[in-house]
Amino acid sequence: MNGGSEAPAVVVRELTRAFGEFVAVDRVSFTVARGEIFGFLGPNGAGKSTTIRMLCGLLSPTSGEGTVAGFDLRTGAETIKKHIGYMSQRFSLYDDLTVEENIDFFAGIYGVPADRKGERKDRVLRMAGLLERRASRTAYLPAGWKQRLALGCAILHDPPVLFLDEPTAGVDPLRRRAFWELIHEMAETGTTVFVTTHYMDEASSCDRLGLIDGGKIVALGTPEELRNRFMKGAVLEVRTSRPEDAAVLLETFPGVRSAALFGNTVHAVVDDPGAAASVASLLSTGGLADATVVPITPSLEDVFVSLVEGGRPDGVPGGEGTE
Amino acid sequence: METIRAVDLSRRFGETVAVDRLNLSVEEGELFGLVGSDGAGKTTTMRLLSGVLDPTGGEAFVLGRPVRSEAAAIHREIGYMSQRFGLYADLTVQENIDFYADLYGVSGKARTERVAELLAFSGLAPFRDRPAGNLSGGMKQKLGLSCALIHTPRVLLLDEPTNGVDPVSRRDFWRILYRLLREKVTIFVSTAYLDEAERFRRLAFLHEGRLLAMGTPDALKAALPGVVVEALSDAPRQAAVRLRGALGESSPVGILADRVRALVRGPGDAADRVNAALSGATFPCGEARVVEPTLEDVFVGMLSARDGTAP
Amino acid sequence: MNLRRTWAVARKETLHVARDPRSLALAIALPVLMMLLYGYALRLDVDDVPLAVWDRSGTPQSRELVARFSGSRYFRVGGIRGGYREIEQSIARGDVLAALVIPDDFTAKLAGAGGAPVQLLLDGSDSNTATVVLGYAEIVTQRYSGDVRLRMAAAAGVALPREPLAFRPRVWFNEEMTSRNFIIPGLIAVIMMVISAMLTSLTVAKEWEQGTMEPLIATPLQPSELVIGKLVPYFALGMLDVLLCVAAGELLFQVPLRGSGALLFGMAAVFLVGALTLGMLFSIVAKSQMLATQMAMVMTFVPGFLLSGFVFPIWSMPVPVQAATRLIPARYFVSLLRGIYLKGAGLSVLAGEASLLVLFGVVVVGLSIRKFRKKLE
Repeated sequence: MNGGSEAPAVVVRELTRAFGEFVAVDRVSFTVARGEIFGFLGPNGAGKSTTIRMLCGLLSPTSGEGTVAGFDLRTGAETIKKHIGYMSQRFSLYDDLTVEENIDFFAGIYGVPADRKGERKDRVLRMAGLLERRASRTAYLPAGWKQRLALGCAILHDPPVLFLDEPTAGVDPLRRRAFWELIHEMAETGTTVFVTTHYMDEASSCDRLGLIDGGKIVALGTPEELRNRFMKGAVLEVRTSRPEDAAVLLETFPGVRSAALFGNTVHAVVDDPGAAASVASLLSTGGLADATVVPITPSLEDVFVSLVEGGRPDGVPGGEGTE
Repeated sequence: METIRAVDLSRRFGETVAVDRLNLSVEEGELFGLVGSDGAGKTTTMRLLSGVLDPTGGEAFVLGRPVRSEAAAIHREIGYMSQRFGLYADLTVQENIDFYADLYGVSGKARTERVAELLAFSGLAPFRDRPAGNLSGGMKQKLGLSCALIHTPRVLLLDEPTNGVDPVSRRDFWRILYRLLREKVTIFVSTAYLDEAERFRRLAFLHEGRLLAMGTPDALKAALPGVVVEALSDAPRQAAVRLRGALGESSPVGILADRVRALVRGPGDAADRVNAALSGATFPCGEARVVEPTLEDVFVGMLSARDGTAP
Repeated sequence: MNLRRTWAVARKETLHVARDPRSLALAIALPVLMMLLYGYALRLDVDDVPLAVWDRSGTPQSRELVARFSGSRYFRVGGIRGGYREIEQSIARGDVLAALVIPDDFTAKLAGAGGAPVQLLLDGSDSNTATVVLGYAEIVTQRYSGDVRLRMAAAAGVALPREPLAFRPRVWFNEEMTSRNFIIPGLIAVIMMVISAMLTSLTVAKEWEQGTMEPLIATPLQPSELVIGKLVPYFALGMLDVLLCVAAGELLFQVPLRGSGALLFGMAAVFLVGALTLGMLFSIVAKSQMLATQMAMVMTFVPGFLLSGFVFPIWSMPVPVQAATRLIPARYFVSLLRGIYLKGAGLSVLAGEASLLVLFGVVVVGLSIRKFRKKLE
């Protein structure tokens, strides 16, 4: 699906942005190939939004360099804006306008030529499933619909690169699924998608992931690579009828770095993957006779937590505010 | 003992019915979840139960008292955290906590101890002099929780406390909640995260203001009409399209990273039907196997059964 | 009402005020700025009226008449040669307000039976000023005319009958009759009306807009505690503004304070409670900062300036408007401050106005507490 001979959609080298003393993004380097879905993960305040703002040409970097859709970040910010679509966490739609008026407005902003506007508009309405509600006030649309309309407005001008900043926050699973299928569909037709999310199941649907923490990239690779190569320690999955008690108990065991509930199981991070048997017997002694313990490939959440929890003081603000 | 009870609880806003004849009850010390998407009526329900919004029909009871007529008494006993960050951005962590301590009349030694305890387990202690507006999203939520807990309430109502919060902060947040559960606090939480919903002792699925189902996670999964089947595929999107065609609209199909996942309904062996549907494909697919349903499968199953169509 | 919760709200609100230096600076600078602008610009005195004189006679007699005009403090005289055309232009341009035309046969006709005609042309656009100027001119010409008569009688050896009336006016309260002494106390009242409502018009609406109200109404906090607690820092700020206004009146405009300073500040305190809470009431009802500010501006500025008796005397208004002014609290504060400032009046004289201000405060505070509902809509 990658562009092959063509230039990558996003290239950044040593990209840095400081706000006064505070370095929000610290020498970040990565490449996103054409047609790739790149998931950008990180805790709140890690520098995700600052990075996206730089890539969209909304914020100039303090140092470092990069290109988006082939245009230079430093000199081509305005050109970049014409070649990207951007959808932020707060869907930037006008609530007091109708669906159609919103589309018309964004078509105007992006300079969609008049002869193609009708066709583009139809396509967006169809994609968002809003053909029958084109005259509805946007304020009255359910959240899932608004989100699709926002996405539609962001791609009116057929941008080669699409930036989505937490596009699915608060949207129900059905709509999330549908939304992600749309994203995959666009990627298949060659659009590059750069997306941030806090949902680890969404992250696992991305082609490649970058994890940023404290302004630095701490992991980069496919979901598989992240799970197999970046985890600090091994993960044991504990199944029992009393998972919360197990989690509390597990954290008191020697060799267990942390334990947390994962669905209805407990994931324990241990130094030694061979510790499963001894952990099981300790749990049994602790009153959890029904506990079964097996080593597993870590989930993305396990990796995320292990990489992020290591060296951070929480509460570090992300640049001009929080993400 | 019953702590929270809703009887035909309803709220309309003009023509829209935000909450429609909701009935539920929550036991003391229970961790109860209200699960649903944006616009399902979660926030309205939380507001009705905490007495900041009056119902247009039915009645809610908290700790045996009717919420509508005895809101003042209830407000002394509950901690409520609204969906939007509701603290003062220009006040420091400490000042926000102090303000709420004063409002609840927590004073003297009890106050000193409680504040120290909350700062410690929320991890906010090093940031007590930082303006709340400069905290990260996860920290803000923990500050909100600390303020709601300052008077050691017996009932805690949390409206989507982990929305937009990263996985690490979410884990921290849940640790605090488990601690409270051990102190027999009743916790009523709403969430749009279904992986979180697995943690609830009992949960209620809300959709368009109506209660779709209620029960323990296990009971809800057991009641799922159909079998969940997963298959690896090199082209999961095409595989999904094929499956949808073969299984019909009653069986929702989704993509999960490199796999397709289907809730197969109707007669016959579910895995066989999936295998049969994928066998003719031009791209390689793995063997389909039946997997344990998650709450997301349950939710998707209920929604698709309701709407009559898969997304 | 729980004192501790009230105090908690007061302290929190004080922190908000203290941490918003721009708003704080505006709250302090605005009243002073308004004092300067209105204090210097608003003058009701008519003196130094520019008067053009076209003396076609040019005799010692006509020059004496002109001298009478230029000698009075009310006129500033300039000569004209170009005749009626020039007079017309000068008046039209606003260079002069009036023109005196002395005909060439002035001296000859002085002794005649018909009397000497002297023409005064007057710009009547501002009828008030024109009336005053006309009065001044009449006095000057009458005195001149009387003196000429006396002289003529003396020359003829005739004794004139004495003046039957001995008019002895004495001006009280504002002996120099400068309008500033009258305006400044009223101005302080009107400024405080406007500023107070502005100070508090954001405070409640802001909490609704920013989402901080929702957790607040889920606590035991009572409406009375919220309203009164929020009042505290703005009250302190308002009293500071009063102090600054009074100081400006004293130092910049030399307005004498005849009555008791304690009474002045006491009354200001009573007024502030009502006026500040009125702003808060707008905030409570509007639930939106923009709407609340607009309400505060419209509801205080217009009635404050027009219906308080600050510039336009209430007794000259039509009866229905007069009745309406009774509902404007600024009206009572204006007359209270004038009473204290100019007449040195005590509470016994001003009890009526004072009790109406107390009533205003009680009603607005009561209404605000009632209107604030611990519920979402």
